[in-house]
Amino acid sequence: MKALVAVKRVVDYNVKVRVKADGSDVDIGNVKMSMNPFDEIAVEEAVRLKEAGKVSEIVVVSLGVKQCEETLRTAMAMGADRGILVETEAPLQPLAVAKLLKAVVDKEQPQLVILGKQAIDDDANQTGQMLAALLGWPQGTFASKVVVADSKVDVTREIDGGLETVALKLPAIVTTDLRLNEPRYVKLPNIMAAKKKPLDKTTPADLGVDPAPRLTVLKVAEPAKRSAGVKVASVQELVAKLKNEAKVL
Amino acid sequence: MTILVIAEHDNTTIKSGTFNTIGAAQKIGGDIHVLVAGQGCGAAAEAAAKIAGVSKVLLADAAHLAHQLAENITPVVVELARGYSHVLAPATTFGKNFLPRVAALLDVAQISDIVAVESADTFVRPIYAGNVLATVKSADAIKVITVRTTAFEAAAAGGSAAVEAVAAGADTGTASFIGQELTKSDRPELAAAKIVVSGGRALGSAEQFKAVIEPLADKLSAAVGASRAAVDAGYAPNDYQVGQTGKIVAPQLYVAVGISGAIQHLAGMKDSKVIVAINKDEEAPIFQVADYGLVGDLFSVVPELMSELSK
Repeated sequence: MKALVAVKRVVDYNVKVRVKADGSDVDIGNVKMSMNPFDEIAVEEAVRLKEAGKVSEIVVVSLGVKQCEETLRTAMAMGADRGILVETEAPLQPLAVAKLLKAVVDKEQPQLVILGKQAIDDDANQTGQMLAALLGWPQGTFASKVVVADSKVDVTREIDGGLETVALKLPAIVTTDLRLNEPRYVKLPNIMAAKKKPLDKTTPADLGVDPAPRLTVLKVAEPAKRSAGVKVASVQELVAKLKNEAKVL
Repeated sequence: MTILVIAEHDNTTIKSGTFNTIGAAQKIGGDIHVLVAGQGCGAAAEAAAKIAGVSKVLLADAAHLAHQLAENITPVVVELARGYSHVLAPATTFGKNFLPRVAALLDVAQISDIVAVESADTFVRPIYAGNVLATVKSADAIKVITVRTTAFEAAAAGGSAAVEAVAAGADTGTASFIGQELTKSDRPELAAAKIVVSGGRALGSAEQFKAVIEPLADKLSAAVGASRAAVDAGYAPNDYQVGQTGKIVAPQLYVAVGISGAIQHLAGMKDSKVIVAINKDEEAPIFQVADYGLVGDLFSVVPELMSELSK
């Protein structure tokens, strides 16, 4: 069974982004970029399924600028077999990404597509569900456990009150939550080996998709800063302030 | 302009986030219809009809909608959506799960997690873990939106809308519900609680989390939350996590116990009205957002706090 994993190149989770002076966008000119953490979990899950003999080949796909090749190489160093870059300088919103991924899925015919539940830059949490809808496939979002059997996958999902388990007929979409697994550290020999793995390139035009954004960003701004309050010296002072000053007790 | 709000419910009652979503719909303006899709959910539909500002309740009642699987609820909403200017759902795991499917099938963008309404087509939403607020304008004919429930006032009681049955569609047969394990608790729901007590890595073990955080929460009639570090370490269940990728809370009082305050955690709680931080590291970033900080060992401070609250 072939698995396809989508990975996004995002601003590293340790970087605190700044807004450009004119408020037009965030300034990501010279910041560290990394694979979206949820996508790392998606790659790790596919690799574990391959190691368990459930998956025979892992195709990893990224969409965006040329530097996404680095993200694909990281995924291949983790264990993906080959990469596809849908190269474009155009900004991509989730609906466009889902349409592009559908075109790739139509060609590659995987039985399982694994994506991160959300990217930590736009925090949209849409692409996996949109791809599932466009393909007419079932979905297991926010997965904390994935069990693949012959023609189905059981997905345990993190929901607001606890956990929910659903059974999905393959082919299916899975989106990963934090506790699905802990991604491995990539070893140097694997990084070297990943450089030799096949990496194909295509474009939105080749795939017949118009990726034009539907939402226009009018402005970006930093939220009102919360200022530090006071340090209290004792529990008695704390309770007194909560009762008399903040009036929340 | 008519807005369709998709209700989150348990077939009997309407979940709190739905009231805030209707609150957001009132900010957009226009007629508000509410869809209640489930099985044996007539009581939930009646409850929705009593919410102020709702002019009609649509009821889709069928066995295959019992667990509100995304695969089965999506066609019902898509079928209805074409008659509306906006489709709204709460940005909970319920709304986040199915609404992007609806948007994709309508060939429109989804606007996720809005925190403010600027106009009927322009909304504010947080990006980068809430460190940036983006104002976005939609060019689509139907605006499909999830609502950050803590950012909008809940709609009040006092409506008397008619309930109308609508087509429930068919079972897609691609997904089936196996089971749920819900955290059992008499405490208030985390995302809607007036007071939240959260514990971090400094608790050191699941036993100590239970022994220190839970009694304090009970004393304050509070919900219990946790930092990602505490959840990753197994001190607290996954659904306790407050933060960018967990729950977003904005209670009247948030008490952070032994939480250092990573930006991902702050993203989930910095809109709380009053923040109290208890931490032995006086340099911890949590103190930069706390209204009241107490530097000290939580294992002595919390018991002392319990006895002070009993006075």
